[in-house]
Amino acid sequence: MSLTLKRVVLRVDGETHIHETSVELAARGFNILLGPTLAGKTTLMRLMAGLLKPTAGEVWFDGRNVTAVPVRRRRVAMVYQQFINYPHLSVFENIASPLRVERVPATELRSRVGRIAELLKLTALLDRRPAELSGGQQQRTALARALVKDADLVLLDEPLANLDYKLREGLRDELPRLFADRDCTVVYATTEPVEALLLGGYTATVEEGRITQFGETGTVYRRPMDLATARAFSDPPINTAPVLKRGNRIELTESVGWPADGRLAGLADGSYTLGLRPHLVQPARNTAARADWVPIEGRVSIAEISGSESVVHFEVQGRTWVSQSHGVHGFAVGEIAAFKLNVARGLYFSPDGRCVSAGTA
Amino acid sequence: MSTKTPNQKAWWLVMPVVVLVAFNAVIPLMTVVNYSVQETFGDNQFFFEGFKWFRELIESERFHDALKRQLLFTGIILAIEIPLGVAIALAMPRRGPWVSVCLVLMAMPLLIPWNVVGAMWNILALPDIGLLGRSLNAMGIDYNFTRQPVAAWATLIAMDVWHWTSLVVLLAYAGLSAIPDAYYQAAKIDGASSWAVFRYIQLPKMKRVLTIAVLLRFMDSFMIYTEPFVLTGGGPGNATTLLSIDLVKIALGRFDLGPAAAMSLVYFLIVLLLSWIFYTVMTKDEAD
Amino acid sequence: MALVRLKGLRHSYRQQPKTDADWAVKRLDLEWADGSANALLGPSGCGKTTLLNIISGLLRPSEGEVWFDEHDVTTLPPDARNIAQVFQFPVVYDTMSVYDNLAFPLRNRGIAPADVDARVREIATLLDLDAMLEQRAAGLTADGKQKISLGRGLVRSDVAVIMFDEPLTVIDPHLKWRLRSKLKELHQRLGRTMIYVTHDQTEALTFADQVVVMNEGTVVQAGTPQELFERPRHTFVGHFIGSPGMNVLPATFADGVVRFAGHPVAVATPPRTPPAGATLEIGVRPEFVRFGPDGIPVRVLKVRDSGRYRIVETQHDANTIKLLIGEDQPLPSDTAHLRFDRAHTQLYADGWIAS
Repeated sequence: MSLTLKRVVLRVDGETHIHETSVELAARGFNILLGPTLAGKTTLMRLMAGLLKPTAGEVWFDGRNVTAVPVRRRRVAMVYQQFINYPHLSVFENIASPLRVERVPATELRSRVGRIAELLKLTALLDRRPAELSGGQQQRTALARALVKDADLVLLDEPLANLDYKLREGLRDELPRLFADRDCTVVYATTEPVEALLLGGYTATVEEGRITQFGETGTVYRRPMDLATARAFSDPPINTAPVLKRGNRIELTESVGWPADGRLAGLADGSYTLGLRPHLVQPARNTAARADWVPIEGRVSIAEISGSESVVHFEVQGRTWVSQSHGVHGFAVGEIAAFKLNVARGLYFSPDGRCVSAGTA
Repeated sequence: MSTKTPNQKAWWLVMPVVVLVAFNAVIPLMTVVNYSVQETFGDNQFFFEGFKWFRELIESERFHDALKRQLLFTGIILAIEIPLGVAIALAMPRRGPWVSVCLVLMAMPLLIPWNVVGAMWNILALPDIGLLGRSLNAMGIDYNFTRQPVAAWATLIAMDVWHWTSLVVLLAYAGLSAIPDAYYQAAKIDGASSWAVFRYIQLPKMKRVLTIAVLLRFMDSFMIYTEPFVLTGGGPGNATTLLSIDLVKIALGRFDLGPAAAMSLVYFLIVLLLSWIFYTVMTKDEAD
Repeated sequence: MALVRLKGLRHSYRQQPKTDADWAVKRLDLEWADGSANALLGPSGCGKTTLLNIISGLLRPSEGEVWFDEHDVTTLPPDARNIAQVFQFPVVYDTMSVYDNLAFPLRNRGIAPADVDARVREIATLLDLDAMLEQRAAGLTADGKQKISLGRGLVRSDVAVIMFDEPLTVIDPHLKWRLRSKLKELHQRLGRTMIYVTHDQTEALTFADQVVVMNEGTVVQAGTPQELFERPRHTFVGHFIGSPGMNVLPATFADGVVRFAGHPVAVATPPRTPPAGATLEIGVRPEFVRFGPDGIPVRVLKVRDSGRYRIVETQHDANTIKLLIGEDQPLPSDTAHLRFDRAHTQLYADGWIAS
């Protein structure tokens, strides 16, 4: 049961909100829409659900053109960022509401609600009202209501964004389990790259109304097609710097360079942009930094040490680099420190933003 | 962004209302336009006169006087009711058991039928037996609203303020309740005085609500009829003959449909124009 | 700048608190050094915002005292305490320009215009707002407005403590890290005492030198990020800090040897005899669990990719044990053995560290 968007465009009052987009979502597993706020993720989800009609293009589901089918007649469920529940109904009634609309017989209704409640650990709370529940419990109620319907398409719009950090982690672990044996297309919108990676499945990076890349999450992460995708899929943001390829060398500055061999040998001479994720920039004294990595020195501007890792910002010729490493490394602001770049894993982009070479998977 | 899938069925549901409105509003309006360009004689005889009534009206001193009186009245009303309403709303508690009590007290004047309001104040202000009238005279103030134009105006304004300030209070109160506590806390930390808090936090946040309040009070006071009519009948003389009262006198008193229709239309256009000006001025900042 | 001390503090929102649960903040004593960057970390409802409001003066504590340096400020209102507070969502005076917003606290205190101007420009440059000084504050983005809120606190040179109440809540995720780094930079440059309240451990651990972890109104542990990470004194701290949190496994103690499911486990500090009947657990973070040729036999359940490393979920009987492996490390297919790093394995009795 897969959802396909065919050349879908959305224009509102002369402004194009969604540029021509075609994508075929995976039938099972999570389809993640990853992008910054206002990139168009919610709009895309509304188009998929049928809440919005595209200005041009078609929406196909399970081999049928459903563009003109109103959302009421599609089997869609949606979960929002703000825990949306019927405030005057108990948790049981909330979960049961879509079944009551479909006039499911009472015994079947009770058993289906019971099963879902158990899956989401809500059995003890069935008599309470949403106002009496914690944030995490309210969101689980909303999820339960979405799941009980056995919908063909389940849309989750940043459902964990309003929850405490730890709760988010817990629910994120549970979600794939909840959908594991269901036969439906799941679309999940998020702004955090780490969430996309942990949920796995397929990812579509969205930026300014377009899907820049769609594929298996790991692939999109490691082989972005362009700079925009690489940027969207990096937290902390990816380090970028202009480099020059001259003959068989790649030069970052006059003193920092490395041989252009292997996959880089075939590139034409000229200027490129190097993209290096922060964990590929390590303090030189860290054991993780290997001998064959390229050394570089810079002035430390900010040192953020959390318990398990260190994020250090340093400047090289006016450009700020960010290094992320395991363990606690003391750095004084203003000191000149040595770092090493794992350029073997670097991404190279041509001046127009296209990726011309990605590191080994 | 909220675009909805267009649903043609909605038109069918709306059709009965459209027909009703057409009968109740559009057709009478067209009738009035019709009358305004014709002269009537008894026996339903009509003669087309063009813009004669409009010209007469614009040049009529009687109309000018009524218009001046109306503008003065509306001006005074707005100048009193808006600040007073805001001040009362600021003084009302926002939390606790007294909130409901205050809200009910504020709502009560709005629930009284308008002609009853007029009648109430009429009796209240009677110089010989009314509580207010008698007390004022007993204190040495020579007060008789049936004979003195100034007293009539004062009573009229007092009545309207008593009747309608509550509306401004309730609207302003709703606007104030929407301001999150953090703003007050931040102002406290910044060392802002109460005046600064009012000027920089409360007033800007109430702007939208106040726009509605001003607009409503302007339109209502400009078209006011029942209360002043019951209170003073337009008197003494024509001291409190506001536009609508004048209009009714012409239309029903003298059965001069032509001039009355013309005056109605001009009246309507004035209200429309002034409302539009008010609205544009008060919301022009929102476009930023 | 001031040293902040809380003595015997307790607070309840009820007039007549009876049970333990009625107290939002249970008895605590805390001290924060002058000029330090501190965090109050805990889940929703743990009392951290209540504590923040007590320190800032927006709330009067039911019991106890608040001291700034040698002054007892318990009864003083916020404007008399010389504090600055940045709220969850930006509070700016919409009708004023950015310049006027920043100047507002100074003007209210009657500072001379020349001094006001110098100070405002200095802080604006620090916050990268100097290009926008003439713009209307209402037109800025969320992070710009938060910077203005922050700027209003920094602009007063006599501020004793700056407090942050989950300030990054409304900031776009891809801008969050930038503002977070900015706050850290500001602390490193200005050296003011700062207290940062959050439920996000990344924010707390990267910003603060000292972190106070709270749960249900009590302080569970206070220490440096490293201490909290490497030696959590309570399983709650182990669970709450770190993503994923610490592995907590049932344990037994007999004849001086700690065992998990029958296998002996070496712990960092030799435990003294724990109280009888206490629930015993060992805690070890996924970062300190490795695959090895021998050790605890497990079945590999699932692997999740987190970019720079992978989270592996394994199972032994009914217990799940998580560990982290690097991007390139080989992954055993089905069954494997786990070793716990001795220096980072602790024994806990009823949740508290037993050593």
